[in-house]
Amino acid sequence: MTEAVQANPLRAGRLGLAFSAGLVFAAGLVLSGMTQPLKVLGFLDITAITKGPFPGMWDPTLAFVMGGAVCVTLLAFAWTQKLAAAPLFAHQYHEPAVNRIDMPLVGGAALFGAGWGLAGYCPGPALASALLSVDALIFTGAMLLGMLICKTFLSKSAKISN
Amino acid sequence: MLANLHPYFIAAIGGILIGLASWLLWWGLGRIAGISSITSEALAAPTHPDTWRWAFLAGLIVGGCLLGQGLEIPTLPTRPLYLLIPAGLLVGIGTVWGNGCTSGHGVCGLGRLSLRSLVAVGTFMAIGMVTVTLMRGAA
Repeated sequence: MTEAVQANPLRAGRLGLAFSAGLVFAAGLVLSGMTQPLKVLGFLDITAITKGPFPGMWDPTLAFVMGGAVCVTLLAFAWTQKLAAAPLFAHQYHEPAVNRIDMPLVGGAALFGAGWGLAGYCPGPALASALLSVDALIFTGAMLLGMLICKTFLSKSAKISN
Repeated sequence: MLANLHPYFIAAIGGILIGLASWLLWWGLGRIAGISSITSEALAAPTHPDTWRWAFLAGLIVGGCLLGQGLEIPTLPTRPLYLLIPAGLLVGIGTVWGNGCTSGHGVCGLGRLSLRSLVAVGTFMAIGMVTVTLMRGAA
């Protein structure tokens, strides 16, 4: 392990940076209340907006979280590549290659939305609270199983179509 | 200190931290901070020699565990398995099939001005809202 790190200083940097990014991400999720599924469900409960003066019983918290996050990423994705030709600990930026709006995108997002609305957990908050809440742990276990099932199925169908 | 601030303001600060974490991963490794993709790719190739995905997930889980306790998140009533398990399966299958979740399509995709991600976010937000409304009617 020590030898591998010495042989490749990039590797230690990559792992340290990835771990730090995970920590900061978790801090943001916890601070913003997104690890509390009731707050997420309160945002998705849009019809509550009619109950009383605006915003009624609707909880707009998630919109502020998303707004704060996207303000940063708008700047980040507009400027990082102009200021740094290559990432600190990698040779290139891995831009998502797919731009299609297709059935897997919409169908997948719809299934995800249904699961999100049922429990109030999306993948980040579920993982970040998996060691604190039994609910999150059970949800995360089922989520990991669903991911493996879908990965296996997709790789099989890709082999058939090739 | 935090207790004196408006909850929406604290939520926005939390959001900014999430954005900064996503930026850190992009600047440092040139990778999109999409939790569902990172998780499912780590699961699908657990022995891949480049272990940055596991390092990121470890930070996320350890950070959530430590900070979640520090801020005294209220403990929630335990919800039934017949709700949590199908919900988890749907989220797992849906995020792999649709190639992203709230972080990949939401935080990063919208920041990259990706139309594909905007469609995904609109879809999962809308279906999430319909689901909550239907569940409320059923309860």
